[in-house]
Amino acid sequence: MREVAVLGVGQTKFGELWDRSFREIGIEAGLQALVDAKLGSGDLGGLFLGNMASGTLLDQEHIAPLILDYAGLAGRHLPAVRVEGGGASGSLALHQGFLAVASGHYDFVVVGGAEKMTDVPDTTANAIISSTADHEWEVVFGATLPALWGLIARRHMHEFGTTREQLARVAVQMHENASKNPLAHYRNKLTLAQVMGAGGVAEPLGVLDCAPLSDGAAAVVLGPLEVARKYTDTPIRIAASEVACDTMAVQHRASVTTLESTVAAARRAFARARRAPADVRVAEVHDAYTISALIALEDLGFVEKGQAGPEFESGRFAPGGSLVINPSGGLKAQGRPFGAVGVAQVVELVRQLRGEAKERQVSGATLALAHDVGGTGATSAVHLLERAN
Amino acid sequence: MSIARFWRETPRRYNLGGSKCTICGTVYFPPRAVCPTCPRHRQTLEKMVPFQLTGDGEVFSFTIVHDAAEGFDMQVPYVMALVTTVEGPILTGQVVDVTPEEVHIGLKVRATFRKLREEGKAGVIHYGYKFSPAVDSDVRPPVRGPGVPSETTTPAPSDRASA
Amino acid sequence: MDAGIVSYGAYVPRYRITPAEIGRVWGVDGEGMGQALNVHRKSVPAPDEDTITISTEALRTALIRGAIDPQQIGALYVGSESHPYAVKPSATVVSQAVGATPNLTAADFEFACKAGTAAIQTCLGLVGAQMIRYGVAIGTDTSQGAPGDALEYSASAGGAAFVIGRENVIARVHRTVSYTTDTPDFWRREGQRYPSHGGRFTGEPAYFKHVTECANRMFEAVGSAPKDYAHVVFHQPNGKFPQRVGKQLGFTDAQMRYGLVTPFIGNTYSGAALIGLANVLDHAKPGERILMVGYGSGAGSDAFDIEATDAVATFDRSYGRPIQEYLDGGVEIPYAMYAKFRGKINMGDT
Repeated sequence: MREVAVLGVGQTKFGELWDRSFREIGIEAGLQALVDAKLGSGDLGGLFLGNMASGTLLDQEHIAPLILDYAGLAGRHLPAVRVEGGGASGSLALHQGFLAVASGHYDFVVVGGAEKMTDVPDTTANAIISSTADHEWEVVFGATLPALWGLIARRHMHEFGTTREQLARVAVQMHENASKNPLAHYRNKLTLAQVMGAGGVAEPLGVLDCAPLSDGAAAVVLGPLEVARKYTDTPIRIAASEVACDTMAVQHRASVTTLESTVAAARRAFARARRAPADVRVAEVHDAYTISALIALEDLGFVEKGQAGPEFESGRFAPGGSLVINPSGGLKAQGRPFGAVGVAQVVELVRQLRGEAKERQVSGATLALAHDVGGTGATSAVHLLERAN
Repeated sequence: MSIARFWRETPRRYNLGGSKCTICGTVYFPPRAVCPTCPRHRQTLEKMVPFQLTGDGEVFSFTIVHDAAEGFDMQVPYVMALVTTVEGPILTGQVVDVTPEEVHIGLKVRATFRKLREEGKAGVIHYGYKFSPAVDSDVRPPVRGPGVPSETTTPAPSDRASA
Repeated sequence: MDAGIVSYGAYVPRYRITPAEIGRVWGVDGEGMGQALNVHRKSVPAPDEDTITISTEALRTALIRGAIDPQQIGALYVGSESHPYAVKPSATVVSQAVGATPNLTAADFEFACKAGTAAIQTCLGLVGAQMIRYGVAIGTDTSQGAPGDALEYSASAGGAAFVIGRENVIARVHRTVSYTTDTPDFWRREGQRYPSHGGRFTGEPAYFKHVTECANRMFEAVGSAPKDYAHVVFHQPNGKFPQRVGKQLGFTDAQMRYGLVTPFIGNTYSGAALIGLANVLDHAKPGERILMVGYGSGAGSDAFDIEATDAVATFDRSYGRPIQEYLDGGVEIPYAMYAKFRGKINMGDT
C-alpha cells in the first residue's frame, strides 16, 4: 500500500442555492479541485461521490456517472461510484478514494461530496435525514434525528452535569468562526442568549443547537504521495483513513453518551499514523448538534469523557488555542449538505495545513483531524492529514 | 409507510415480542437472529427463542419534541424517551398521559397501546407501543392459571444473565 | 345457564371537558345544560386513541386480572358506533394486540349504544353451546356530537371488556332477554361525520319504551321484581334518563348508585352500561343479584339477570384501575384543545 496525498481541493458556497442544480454544484467543486491540482482530465482515474439521499431529495439515484457525464467525461468511460453512509457519506467516499489510490489500482481520483437539500419542503427533508437513524424502531415511534441527539444530550447532562449553556457555547463559537468563512451558509454571529432562547426542537436542543439543511458540494483530488510534487508545492499526506460502525439504534448502544464508532475509528487512525490526540492542532469534527461536538471531543480523545462541556466553555478550542475546533464554522454555521460535509472538512483542513486559510488560519498547524458521523453514530470516520515534507 | 412492512412487525409493535439467547440468557428487542453478546455468535443461530416483554420499565432518558416526526404533529410538544424495560432491553417510545414537567429519568412506566400514525384520512392506521406512567395498580399479580407459557413471565433475577 | 363473566376490565381516556366550557364557546349556559343532563364532565380521547386502542387496554386488563391465556379465546367481538374503519374490523386488531390470533372468530358489532351488550349475548350463546372456552365482548366508543348540538355536552369516550366463560365465573348470567323494534330515534348515515337525532322523540318512544318493556319482560321471564336486585345498571345517555326509568320501574337510588357513571365521564355509548356494570362488579358481594338493561338507538334493549358468585370476593383486581378512579380523576382541557383532539378543526385535508 502506498502513501496517498491530497493534490487539490474545491468547494462551492454552502447555503440555499436556489439557482444551482445538483449537477451544477457537483461539477463546480470537482472542476475547482482538478484545476487546483493542475491535473488534466486525461490523467483522472475515477470518481468517488459521497451523497446521502439524492433519490428522495431529487428523484435521482445513480448520480456518480451523472456528475462525470456533465463534467464532460462520459466518453472516457471512467469508473464512478456513489458511496452512502448517512451524514458520513462524504468521508466514506474519501475512504474509498484513499483505498483506491493506496492499493495502486488507480493513480488519481476525484473524491466529491454533494447534496442538495432545499428543493423539497423542510418537513420532507427532515423526514429524510431521520431515515439515517433506525427507521423501524426509532423513527416510527416518533423519534426524529434531532430527538435522538436530544435523548443523548439529556443523558449526558444527567451523567456528567453538562449544562444547557455549555451546549449553547458551541453554537456561538461556530458562528464566530464562520463569520470569517466566505463559503459559509451562516456568517452571522450569535449570542449565548439567542441560542438559549431559540425555539425548541427536541429539548434540550433548540433551533440554534442544530445544523441547518444546506445545499453544497466539495471535492478533493487524491494521488500517490511519491509524485505529488509534480502537481502541488504543498502536498498533504493522508496519514490515516479509518471507518468504524456501531449499532444502528441509540437504544442498543453500550453507552448512550459515547459514540464507540468514533472511539474505534480515532484509535485506529492514531495508531496507523503513529500519533496521539495531543499532536493535533486543528480539527473539523461532527457538530451536527451542539451535543455532537462535545461528545466528539471526548470520543476523539481530546478531553476526558464527560468533560467536554466545561473544557469547551473555557475557550481552549477557540481560534488561538492549542487545538482549534471547526475553524470553518462546522456543520452548524458553514452548513450541512449531508454528503458533502466529510469532504468539505478535508478541504478546510488542507487549506489550513497549506497556510491558505486566510482569516481563519490556525498558526503552525502540521497535523489535522477530520471527524464525520452518520446517523446517531452507526458510522464514524476519522481522517488524519499531515503536511508532507 | 408500506402496508406489508408495517404489518410484518405487528407481533413486535403490538405485543412486544422479543427474543432471548438460550446460551447466555440475554433478552433482545426487537428480536435478533444472532446473539451479539455471545462470543461465538454464529453458534447462536438456532439458539434464539421468542421472549415476551411485559412492557414495564423506567425512563432512561427523555426529550421534549417540538419539531414532530411524521404523523405526530397533533401531539406537539410530545415526550420521547429511552425506556429501560425490566427484562433488560431499552426501547424508544413516546411517553403519553403525562405533562413534560412530570417526566424525569427514573420515572416508572408501562407500555400502552396507541395509534402511531395514519396514512391520511383514507389509509391504514398504524398502531404500536407507547409508554404511560405506571401506577400501583399496574403491578402485575404473580402469574397463575393454566396455559400461560413460562417464557411470557417476567424472569426471576436468577434467570437473567448478568449485564 | 352456567356461563357468565370470568373477568372484566375497562379504560377511560385521561382528558375531561366540562359542559360549562363547551357552553362558553357556543354562547349557551353550559353549566345549566350540565345540570339538566346530570353530566358534570365528559372524557376526551387523546389524538392517538380510538375505539381500537381503548378496547385493547380494557381487554388487556381483563386478561391479566383473570390470568387468562389469550390463545384460549374462541370469539372476540367489538361493539361500537365509532369503529376507526367502516370496513376492517376493530376486532382483528384487538385480537392481535392481546395475542389471541389466529384460532378464533372475530367480528365487529354495531347497534348504537347496545353493540356491547349484543356482543355479550353472542358470547353467552357460543360459550353455553360449548363451542368456545372463552368469548370476549367489548363495548367501546369515542363518539362525537355535532359542534354546538346538545349531544356535544355528553358524547364521550371509553370502553369495557368482558370475558365470558364457564370456569371461575365471578358473575353468572342467569338469563338474557331483548326487546327490538325499528324506531329511528338516533342515526348516522354512511359518510356523515356526526349523528342526527329526533330531539324529544329519543325519550318516551325510544329509550324509555324499550328499557321499560325489556325490564318488564325480564321480571316476567325470571319471576323477579326490582327489590330482588342489589344493583341495577341502565344504559345512560345522560345522568337523568337512567334515574327516571329506574324510579319508574321501582328501583332506589342506592340500587342505581354504582351503575351510574355518565355524570362523571359522559356518555361512552357502547361502553356506558358496560362501564356501569364494571363499577358494580368492583363493589359487588357474593350472592348479590344485578340487573343490567342496555339500550341502543334504532332501537333495542338487552337485559341481563346476573348473580355475583363467591369468586367475586377473591377476584384479583390489583391490576388496572378501579372504575372509581376514572370517575374521580382526569385532566381538564379547554374547548380549543378538545376540538383539536377530536379532529373538529378543519386541517384542509378533507
